[in-house]
Amino acid sequence: MSQPTAPMIAIEGLCKDYEGRRVVEDVSLTIGRGEIVAVVGTSGSGKTTLLRMVNRLVEPSAGRVTIEGEDTRAQPPHLLRRRIGYVIQGNGLFPHRTVAQNIGTVPRLLGWDRARIAARVKALLEIFQLDPAEFAGRLPHELSGGQQQRVGVARALAAEPHLLLMDEPFGALDPIIRAKAQEDLLAIQKSFGTTIMLVTHDMDEAIALGTRIAVMDQGRVLQYAPPEDIIARPATPFVDALLGRGDRPFRLLSLGHVRDLLEPGTAQGEPIGPEASLREAFAECLWSGRDALPVIENGQALGIVRREALARQAGRPQ
Amino acid sequence: MRPGLVIRLLVLGLLVAFIFAPGAFGWAFAPLNRPNQPPIYTQSSLLRLTLSHLGIVLGAVLAASIVAIGLAIVVTRRAGEDFLPLSRSLANIGQTFPPVAVLALAVPILGFGNGPTFVALFLYGLLPIFENALTGLTATPPAVREAARGMGMTGWQRLVGVELPLALPVILAGVRLSIVISLATATIGSTVAASTLGEVIIAGLLSNNIAFILQGGLIVAVLAVLIYDGLSAIERRLGRRGGAPLPAA
Repeated sequence: MSQPTAPMIAIEGLCKDYEGRRVVEDVSLTIGRGEIVAVVGTSGSGKTTLLRMVNRLVEPSAGRVTIEGEDTRAQPPHLLRRRIGYVIQGNGLFPHRTVAQNIGTVPRLLGWDRARIAARVKALLEIFQLDPAEFAGRLPHELSGGQQQRVGVARALAAEPHLLLMDEPFGALDPIIRAKAQEDLLAIQKSFGTTIMLVTHDMDEAIALGTRIAVMDQGRVLQYAPPEDIIARPATPFVDALLGRGDRPFRLLSLGHVRDLLEPGTAQGEPIGPEASLREAFAECLWSGRDALPVIENGQALGIVRREALARQAGRPQ
Repeated sequence: MRPGLVIRLLVLGLLVAFIFAPGAFGWAFAPLNRPNQPPIYTQSSLLRLTLSHLGIVLGAVLAASIVAIGLAIVVTRRAGEDFLPLSRSLANIGQTFPPVAVLALAVPILGFGNGPTFVALFLYGLLPIFENALTGLTATPPAVREAARGMGMTGWQRLVGVELPLALPVILAGVRLSIVISLATATIGSTVAASTLGEVIIAGLLSNNIAFILQGGLIVAVLAVLIYDGLSAIERRLGRRGGAPLPAA
């Protein structure tokens, strides 16, 4: 049985060989409950193979994985997978099944009764801002790309898994829908407390979503640390290169919120909200040529955020 | 009602009327014959021949479908992959063998009657169904396949719940092709005493009676067109539901 004190995922010495070639090399990492861990790497870095070994879509050549303290080999793979949410690029919705049937897939496999499945599907559709009356009976090809992606995530969360695995979940979306999807995921993660392990090739996405980031190259994890540390102290030249030297200060700023740098005072012009990122605030200062921006929440002035303070925040942490 | 549907219903009505009361259509066929020849075949009832013809065809196609789809399922599983080339050549051999040769070879074993025809149609029907089932079952989008596995469906659940439903329009196209080929091919079965509409055609050929030949041929042709049409409509409906592109042919 699962142990409440054990980490959500513990990966120990995991290796995978394909035809004599080692694609994942001795990876060990633990993921705590409620964390969002982003695994970043170029294609062929072994990041997807690593993810797929967690729910045993790929069987490890060596090493082991425990989920909530329980070895993943303790039960047949299909039963293991029903306990773990799984989202892939292009979402893989069943084209011949309605949105409601798609979302109800795992609960049905688990033998939930009909009323419980219907209630869960309805609740999920509402959480994902899809009107049940309008969308439950539709087929996937009748939805937009963004809607399909949301149904894909809803389907993965249907059986209330503690753990969600995501393989390039936003890869097929255009940048605007993508940003919205990332925001929604963070909100949902916060309310459900689901632990997420997410694979992406996009460092921006990893920084935006991850509580910790694992950078992979050639089958190895080069660095596993919170985003601030990755940006401030890249462990290897490869991690540095992946971050992009020109973007580093802005990436660092993107981690903080205006609320953190709030100062008393007043300023002119377009205000900014306290939850906006420091990066947005700095960009707004530069663009409008102002030294400070007024910060307003729900029509109430909270103070100002100054360009100088923002610029200082963008420097390498000591 | 669309004009296409009206025409189809009209043709179906005519066919049924002719099969049940061929005597009433004597005037239409009489001009083709010399005055002393009978215009309508009466040695056996056309209704009985039509039903028997359809029975043999549907029976043979059903058997071919079970074997061909079963085979396609086996060779698209991981355990059966190695048999793919072998099963392909077997189905191909069935197709290259001329049905007449099958009849000739089967008569000494099965005797005269429906048996040899059934065997010939069965062998002839295998290939289109097998090839289409293979195409359909291997065309499951990789993301869908991956999602089905990732959510914890067993192999059987993936086959029955995902792969077969998605492949159904393409499989049906193969079955349709097989039925149409078999409807026409079944007529030669009457050369070895199978009870099919070929009997009418052969009687016409032997007695130089053009009306007989035409009757037998027309019933088979109209049956083939109507069945082809009906199955195409079902495929289109299934394809639309799946949001899949329409299968070719």
